[in-house]
Amino acid sequence: MSAAPLLLAENLSRYYGRHRAIEAFSLRLNVGEVLGLLGPNGAGKTTTLNLLSGGLAPSGGRVEIDGIDLLERPLQAKQRLGYLPENPPLYDDLSIDEYLRYCARLHGLRRAEVPEAMKRAKQRTALDKAGRALIGTLSKGFRQRVGIAQALIHQPPLIILDEPTVGLDPLQIKEIRALISELRNEHAVILSTHILAEVQTVCDRVCILDRGRPVYSDSLARLAAFANTWRVTFSNPPDAHTLGRVAGISGVRSLGEGRFLLQAKTDAGSADALVQAACMNGWKLRELCLQQDSLEQIFLRVLHADGQEEATA
Amino acid sequence: MILVIARHELRRLFYSPLAWSILALVQLILAFLFLTAVQNYIDNVMPKLAGMANAPGVVSLVLTPFFLWAGVIMLGITPILTMRGFSEEYQTGSMALLIAAPLSVSEIVLGKYFGLVAFLSVMIAMITLMPLSLSLGTSLDWGHLQAQILGLFLLTASFAAAGLYISSLTRQPALAAVGGFGFLLLLFVFYVAGTAQGTQSQLFVYISHFSHYLPFLRGEFSTRALAYYLLFALTFLGLTIRQLDNQRLPR
Repeated sequence: MSAAPLLLAENLSRYYGRHRAIEAFSLRLNVGEVLGLLGPNGAGKTTTLNLLSGGLAPSGGRVEIDGIDLLERPLQAKQRLGYLPENPPLYDDLSIDEYLRYCARLHGLRRAEVPEAMKRAKQRTALDKAGRALIGTLSKGFRQRVGIAQALIHQPPLIILDEPTVGLDPLQIKEIRALISELRNEHAVILSTHILAEVQTVCDRVCILDRGRPVYSDSLARLAAFANTWRVTFSNPPDAHTLGRVAGISGVRSLGEGRFLLQAKTDAGSADALVQAACMNGWKLRELCLQQDSLEQIFLRVLHADGQEEATA
Repeated sequence: MILVIARHELRRLFYSPLAWSILALVQLILAFLFLTAVQNYIDNVMPKLAGMANAPGVVSLVLTPFFLWAGVIMLGITPILTMRGFSEEYQTGSMALLIAAPLSVSEIVLGKYFGLVAFLSVMIAMITLMPLSLSLGTSLDWGHLQAQILGLFLLTASFAAAGLYISSLTRQPALAAVGGFGFLLLLFVFYVAGTAQGTQSQLFVYISHFSHYLPFLRGEFSTRALAYYLLFALTFLGLTIRQLDNQRLPR
């Protein structure tokens, strides 16, 4: 309809006293996108999701869901939001059906709409046959699914899942991932995790947090380009400009101390040309490797680079 | 929305063995007290009153102490019912459901409060069955009895508001129960201290919720006391809303 994204976060920050939980977090997200929020424990993932879901008020910045300001009109904004916290918010003494009915009513569904919504949510999370089971007796995987069903029941455009696959067995993880891929068709999904493979399988975009700051934010498609990146080290480095003119190199990024990241046009041949140039010009090539950037590497590199920055600062 | 939460709270109370045991226990204790009072009335009091003009009725002589006891027992058990209010939700993480849902904080607090009050009303209704049983054998002063029931209801409802506030302060239900009980007991002690010979204090008597319960026990419908209980409940509900709001804000 309008150009406004479904979720807009601008410059969000939250402090606990002087401790920085998250700072300068900005995000635009549209329906059909799945964003992975990645970071080590304590990086501020949960705080960020809490800010986006209205559980915490930000120290600064703003959040809009579907063009509605979360702070000024929280009720309308939350109507468009499904949230699964780290621990699914369940009542052990209710049955799945009773619980989902309550959730549906809490989200403003009318009595007549409830059975339909419950059926749909249970179907999606494969809980169809378990409706009468007591939540307190469920296994971890089932509890997680009930938690997800709760986030889906009012069909919100935006779904936020905090570590949805933690503590599940591989089969259950696979199911949940399949579910998330399915959700992408009609919803925007944000999920936090510290499992890198998860982001690679289900997400289109990734945002990496470290110690309360977003340190990397890009699409996964863009990451694929990294696969054609060489990482080289010279003892006697040329300047970046010279390096850029070597055949087959389309981009150069200097990392300092003779280390470079080279963007290659084609990965065959380009190394030859590079090695040749290095030999002829006496750059003393010490290291040459194909940067097959999995998220893991980006993750470590980003964290590492950040650590160094702070050490030198 | 408030009703949805209230109904949910009430239902969950009845799912827990705790609420059932409390209902049973209160009924047992009060039944015993009731029986003793009635027996005492029949054996000792009635013969003395025979032939006296304008003798005090059975409501004053049997039911006034009975309702006083009921009030004291409520002081002990309301905190146990309110302790789950918010503490348990914090602890299990289910509070997140309410917070992420499109609800205002006032709706959450009022919903919980009305759920509790509904449960307490059930309890009071069950307690009231005992005095009603007297109507089989004698004629009761209905106005007096109504005032006593209303008084007990207001007293208990004010306990519930205070207990709910205290449970919004802590993640530990046990601490909420102890805190709530301590607070209510303190107000009771204010009354004891305020009326004692050496330490008389009108202020203490006024602050204490028990001093406002007495007019109802005497069969008066006191608007002053009514206003006190309403203010008391509103104050603590307001504080609870504030407390929940504050948890979201940055410090």
